[in-house]
Amino acid sequence: MIKQKVVLHFPPQLVEEPTIYYLIKEYDLVVNILRADINPDKEGRLMVELTGDEVKYQKAMQWLKKLGLKIMNLEKQIIWREDLCTHCGACTAICPTEALSMIRPQFKVLYREECCVICELCLRICPAKAMETLIDSSES
Amino acid sequence: MSKLRSIEEINAKIKKGNAVIITAEEVVDLVEDVGVKEAAAKVDVVTTGTFGPMCSSGVFINVGHSKPRIKIDSATLNGVPAYAGIAAVDLYLGATALPESDPGNQNYPGSFIYGGGHVIEELVSGKNVMLEASAHGTDCYPLKKISTPISLNEINEAILFNPRNAYQNYNVALNSGDKTKYTYMGMLKPRMGNANYSSAGQLSPLFNDPYLKTIGLGTRIFLGGGVGYVSWHGTQHNPSVPRNDKGIPMSPSSTLALIGDLKKMQQRWLRGLSFLGYGVTLQVGIGIPIPILDEEVMSYCAVSDKDIMAPLVDYNHTYPNRESDNLGFVSYAQLRSGEIMIKDLKVPTASLSSYAGAREIALILKDWISSGKFTLTVPSSFLPSADDGITMKPMPVSNPNSQEKK
Repeated sequence: MIKQKVVLHFPPQLVEEPTIYYLIKEYDLVVNILRADINPDKEGRLMVELTGDEVKYQKAMQWLKKLGLKIMNLEKQIIWREDLCTHCGACTAICPTEALSMIRPQFKVLYREECCVICELCLRICPAKAMETLIDSSES
Repeated sequence: MSKLRSIEEINAKIKKGNAVIITAEEVVDLVEDVGVKEAAAKVDVVTTGTFGPMCSSGVFINVGHSKPRIKIDSATLNGVPAYAGIAAVDLYLGATALPESDPGNQNYPGSFIYGGGHVIEELVSGKNVMLEASAHGTDCYPLKKISTPISLNEINEAILFNPRNAYQNYNVALNSGDKTKYTYMGMLKPRMGNANYSSAGQLSPLFNDPYLKTIGLGTRIFLGGGVGYVSWHGTQHNPSVPRNDKGIPMSPSSTLALIGDLKKMQQRWLRGLSFLGYGVTLQVGIGIPIPILDEEVMSYCAVSDKDIMAPLVDYNHTYPNRESDNLGFVSYAQLRSGEIMIKDLKVPTASLSSYAGAREIALILKDWISSGKFTLTVPSSFLPSADDGITMKPMPVSNPNSQEKK
C-alpha cells in the first residue's frame, strides 16, 4: 500500500478530461481531492492524496506523465522561512490543519509540512512574510 | 514602604558585577516560592520585554546637504513618502506609510507588501534605499530634483522616534459578523472563529510597573536591539482607566514615547510587517529594566498572566464605530493556552506580538546589565499616572456631514 500527496499540473488541453475517473476505475486508487483550481490560461492544478497498491500507483503515475501532466510532491510546496519568522503565532489560529502550531511553553511556531494542504492562507496572513511558496499563486 | 536600595546603589553593584538581575517571567516563580519580601531583598533589577507590531513608530533622518543644495518639499524612500515639512534635508518616515502606487484595498483584501516599516528594516540592515526628492528651488537652495541611493552609514542621523509604543494592555479582537474581517489585529474569521491579542502580558514593561513608579522621562531602555530612552508619555496615554485589585488596567492604558539611535539598532528587532487588508507597520523590540527600590515595586513585578485581564472587543461593528460595549474579559493565561471560552463557544487564540521575542529581549537586557555595559537611569521627571486626571478624548467633530465611509 502507498499513500502519497501530490500536485498534478494539467496543461490546458487536458483540463476537461475525466482523469480522476480513470485513476479510480483503471488503477484502483482512492482519490482524496484536497484542492483544485484552474488559472485564466486554462492550466489546472489538482492537489490530491492517493492511496492504493504500490505497483498500480506507479503505473498510474506513468500514465499521467505520458498524458502530459506534471507531477510534484505536495510536500515542499509551502516553505517556512524560520529565519524570517518572529514566532508571533498569528498563523496558528488561521491554519486549518494545524500544520502551523504553537509549541508551549516555548511559544515557538512549529511547521509540520506533512499536515499542510496548501490552502495558502498563511502566505497571505503572515505579517513578517515568513511563509513562501514555489507555486505561482498570483492567480489563485 | 521602606526603601531597600537606590538606583545609584544598584549601579554601583552593576559596576562591581554583583547585582542580582532576573526577568519578569523568572520573578513570577521566585515570588511564588519565597514571597515578595524575600524576593525584594534579593533582587536588584527585573528586566521586561515586548516584541509586537507598533504602528506609531518612525524615524527622523538627516540625509546631508547635496551640492548644489536642496530644500526638500517632498520625498520618497524606496517609493514610500516621507514627511519633509521640516528643515531642508530632514525627513520623518512613518512605519505605516505606503507608496503612492500601492493599490490599497482596491483588490480587497489588499496585500500591502511594502511600506514605511519595511524601509526602516532595510535601512537598519544596512541596505541602500533610494531617495527621490523634489523642491520648488530658492536662491539659497537652487536644486529642484534629486535621486540617489542612501544608506544608514552615509547619512548624518537616523533617530528612531516612536510617539506611542509599549501599550499597557490591549484589546482581544473578535468578529461576531458573518464575513471575514481584515484588521490591524490580523484576519478575524466570522462568527468568532478566532481571537487575536497583542501583548507580552507578564513580560510586558508597563504591566510590571503599572503606576509608572520607576519608568519615567529619560529611562534608558533596550530599543530595537540598541539603546533608547523614554522621551515622554506616549500619545493616547490613558492611565485613568479602571484597574483590578493588583493595579492592572483592564483596558488599553498607559503608553510611552521612545527615542534611540537607529544606527546602533538591529534588523532582528525592527521588522517591517504587512497586514492583509489593513496596511503595513513595524514590529518593535523593547525591553525596560525595573529597579527594585522597595517591596511595592517587587509586588508589581510579580504579576503573572493569570492576574492580567484583557477586554474582548468585537471588530465587526463595535470597534469600527467606536461603540463602547465589550464582550467580557479573559486573562492572558487563558489567551496563551491557545483557546478561550466565550459562553459555550470554544475560540482559538493567536498572538500578534511574539512572546518568544519578548522573553529573549528580557534575557538580552539581563545579560547587558549583568555584564556591566548597561546601567540604570534616574528619571528626570515622572510621567502622568492614574491620579493625574488624564483621559483620552475622541476627535472633536462638529460637522458629521463631512464624513464618508468605506
